[in-house]
Amino acid sequence: MDAKIVPDTIEDIEIELLLEAVYQHFHYDFRHYARASIKRRLLHARSQLGYDSISAMQSDVLRDRTMLPRLLNYLTVQVSEMFRDPSYFRALREKVIPHLRTYASLKVWVAGCSNGEELYSLSILFREEGLAHKTMFYATDINPSALKAAEAGVYPLEQIRLFTANHQKSGGHSSLSDYYTAAYGRAVFDKSLRSQVVFSDHSLVTDAVFGEMHLISCRNVLIYFNRELQNRAVGLFRDSLARRGFLGLGSKESLRFSEHASAFSEFVGGEKIYQRTLP
Amino acid sequence: MTGRAVVIGASAGGVQALSQILPALPEGFPLPVLVVVHVPPRRDNALVELFAAKCRLGVKEAEDKESLRGGTIYFAPANYHLMVETDGAVALSSEEPVNHSRPAIDVLFETAADAFGPGLSAIVLTGANHDGAQGLKAVAAAGGMAIVEDPATAEVATMPSAALAACPSAIPMSYDQITTHLQELAAS
Ligand SMILES: C[S@@+](CC[C@H](N)C(=O)[O-])C[C@H]1O[C@@H](n2cnc3c(N)ncnc32)[C@H](O)[C@@H]1O
Repeated sequence: MDAKIVPDTIEDIEIELLLEAVYQHFHYDFRHYARASIKRRLLHARSQLGYDSISAMQSDVLRDRTMLPRLLNYLTVQVSEMFRDPSYFRALREKVIPHLRTYASLKVWVAGCSNGEELYSLSILFREEGLAHKTMFYATDINPSALKAAEAGVYPLEQIRLFTANHQKSGGHSSLSDYYTAAYGRAVFDKSLRSQVVFSDHSLVTDAVFGEMHLISCRNVLIYFNRELQNRAVGLFRDSLARRGFLGLGSKESLRFSEHASAFSEFVGGEKIYQRTLP
Repeated sequence: MTGRAVVIGASAGGVQALSQILPALPEGFPLPVLVVVHVPPRRDNALVELFAAKCRLGVKEAEDKESLRGGTIYFAPANYHLMVETDGAVALSSEEPVNHSRPAIDVLFETAADAFGPGLSAIVLTGANHDGAQGLKAVAAAGGMAIVEDPATAEVATMPSAALAACPSAIPMSYDQITTHLQELAAS
């Protein structure tokens, strides 16, 4: 790797130490996340939580139990939407689903599911395509409050217009309103959409393979990792996929720089959908 | 890695302004040039095609984790923040908009200031908002060269004026002065 051009500031050193402390004490490992973004978010946390320095914040993080969940909400990025990048979901629908139809039962892993938007999108898509009854979904994340929100499946009503437009563009052939009830400014998604979903705390950085998947959708998560972490996560996906299973990434993520690239072939290149090649 | 770079931020009127500057960069320009233009979300980056046809340098959309190279103009993709890591690699991020914008100029400038320090030249062009002001301040604080398009002649003066207010040491320049400055960078 190229050397740094500008020496570390005191702030950079404090950030390094905070991430080390969070790792040693809580086993959340952000040490090798893409640093520029982490730094911005930690500086934001420092000012919003009212600390003069990252070191002062670290002291509280280690001692005050209420601090870790708050810090996690800064260290992880929880920006998502249903049917985000509709063309990705359209490609799944038109190109991947025909292959998945041939299986008697299916396992789908939504890795880094955030508040559940992507999971519900897939759950709806699989229902529309008549595959829901034979599919088990695994929705994982490291942020406990995101997982809780994902299990609840409640979103602000303001977002529904965007979600609905995305769903239509993804080739949806039902109405999104069939799947939620609106109340008090919120859209509450139907719990039948998660009747075959296992939500669990799982880290792509520190945890292992837990099942054999036919489709893994991991979008806008690898972008926050450095290359080594990306390699680890992609290795995990390779080992988790059934023969000829599918891997979908975010629209600005790719396997091009990955050391495991040869284990996959491009399936829908423009949509970052890959297929596991035969070993 | 040259240890030097140019970053440019533009908003309303930005395509016109960039058309005065980017095509003037000579072949073999040794620095990478990173550009954030506020574009409506969810549109494919038409800027790359537009400027590839006009410029003598390579023009591309910045890709996550790629190493920056001199003589290349990198545009932020629509809907992603463009950042620079301290090892001189690109990082994209879909985190929250900053100043109602994603990509945001502040995000590019602040991270590039961290990465390049005194080796950075930053230019705030025309625009109708305040994005880039905090970023330019960070560039100057890190010892970089802070430039704004002269508010007197900018198509929309709000953005360069705000940057100048936040970063009084910034130098207002005409397009000619900006291109001359960039050519001097190439020669030095
Ligand atoms: C930007 S969201 C992506 C949400 C959704 N997949 C999408 O594309 O809209 C990134 C998610 O990755 C999660 N995440 C971060 N590090 C992780 C890790 N090591 N393992 C699993 N998930 C992680 C974050 O908590 C966050 O919920």
